[in-house]
Amino acid sequence: MISRRSFCKKSLLIAGGLAIPLSCLELFDPKRLLAEKDQKGPRWVFLVDTRKCVGCGFCVKGCKVENEVPYDANVTRTWVERYVVTTDGKTHIDSPKGARDGFPNKGIDIGHGKLEEIKDEDIDKAFFVPKLCNQCDNPPCVQVCPVGATYQTADGVVLVDRKWCIGCGYCIMGCPYGVRFFHPVFHVAEKCNFCYHRITKGMQTACVDSCAFGARRVGNLRDPDDPVTRIIMTERVNVLKEEYGTKPQVFYLGLSKEVK
Amino acid sequence: MKSHVWRPLLVVLVVIALVLVARKVLVPADFGIGARGYMYGWHRAGNEQQWKDMPVKYKTAAHCKDCHPDKYEEMKESPHRNINCENCHGPALDHPKDPHSLTVDRSRELCARCHTRLPYPNSGRGIMKGIDPKTHNAGLDCVTCHWPHDPRKEGHKR
Repeated sequence: MISRRSFCKKSLLIAGGLAIPLSCLELFDPKRLLAEKDQKGPRWVFLVDTRKCVGCGFCVKGCKVENEVPYDANVTRTWVERYVVTTDGKTHIDSPKGARDGFPNKGIDIGHGKLEEIKDEDIDKAFFVPKLCNQCDNPPCVQVCPVGATYQTADGVVLVDRKWCIGCGYCIMGCPYGVRFFHPVFHVAEKCNFCYHRITKGMQTACVDSCAFGARRVGNLRDPDDPVTRIIMTERVNVLKEEYGTKPQVFYLGLSKEVK
Repeated sequence: MKSHVWRPLLVVLVVIALVLVARKVLVPADFGIGARGYMYGWHRAGNEQQWKDMPVKYKTAAHCKDCHPDKYEEMKESPHRNINCENCHGPALDHPKDPHSLTVDRSRELCARCHTRLPYPNSGRGIMKGIDPKTHNAGLDCVTCHWPHDPRKEGHKR
């Protein structure tokens, strides 16, 4: 026989537990649902021309200074990778300090301060690939956030609320492109946000402004006359890890199969 | 009906009310679903403005040209014309008010970013003018012999 005391205790527990999901309930607002369908305002996209990049790393330096990512910490919102494919079919990849100082050595950085030297005549092809947040249309990092600290704005940029983030790190694990990291000062998730404070003022991102070779460009996909949109619509562009279904919005020209 | 049904039910209702009150107090007023809907839009709306209010540090050449038209004109014709002033001079911030003067990066490492020779065929880097920093006048600043605003000119004026 169940005692009155235990019945009260258990019903209290169940009712309390049921009330938690109830607290998340919100009624549908048709006006808001309609607003969601409205395709007004920009949709920021990025175009990287890997054929133009020479690996100077000015973009990484500019980004770190502009966005106050501690300069000497080995974390960065954007970075440049070097791919050296040798005649024996091997691909050597490195990105010393995220290419903050460019690529000062001919040898490939294999960690622990060691360099792997490659003979000039062994090189089949070599190129540089800048990487940054893809501001996916289906951002997995946003889906996994348990508190609503990371979200996507109407113009497609994924932002992190530094005040709201609890630092659980799910989003860092969830990003298939590895663009997220913990900010060494704020101890919350940090990522590239296309220099949101710049693009919303009509400026270019810091990395675009610091690129002397035109390898990086930012544009508005909802403007058919935008030069970046025209290239994305008419030229042979590619995206990273398409198979994940994240619908990345950073488009690459001249991508090679070695790039993952 | 006997009170053994009503009393726990009352407790349940109080618990639900407490959770709802706590939610009202703890969750900011502007927290809700944003433009991207339930799956991607949950956030504190005020945070968007907080990101927009971040200070712009790199002001671009458009900011420099009003006070330094001579340098701007010199750069316009130079093979280095695509390099932004602030890449070497540092972010303008609120220059000339704060900082009053910028610290120019005249280091070899800065030039070496592009001009270290890397023998890469089919890459823009492979056809760039490059040197080996270890053997090319080691120890000397590049600007001793090369004028960075226009590398076709020789020497630094100082």
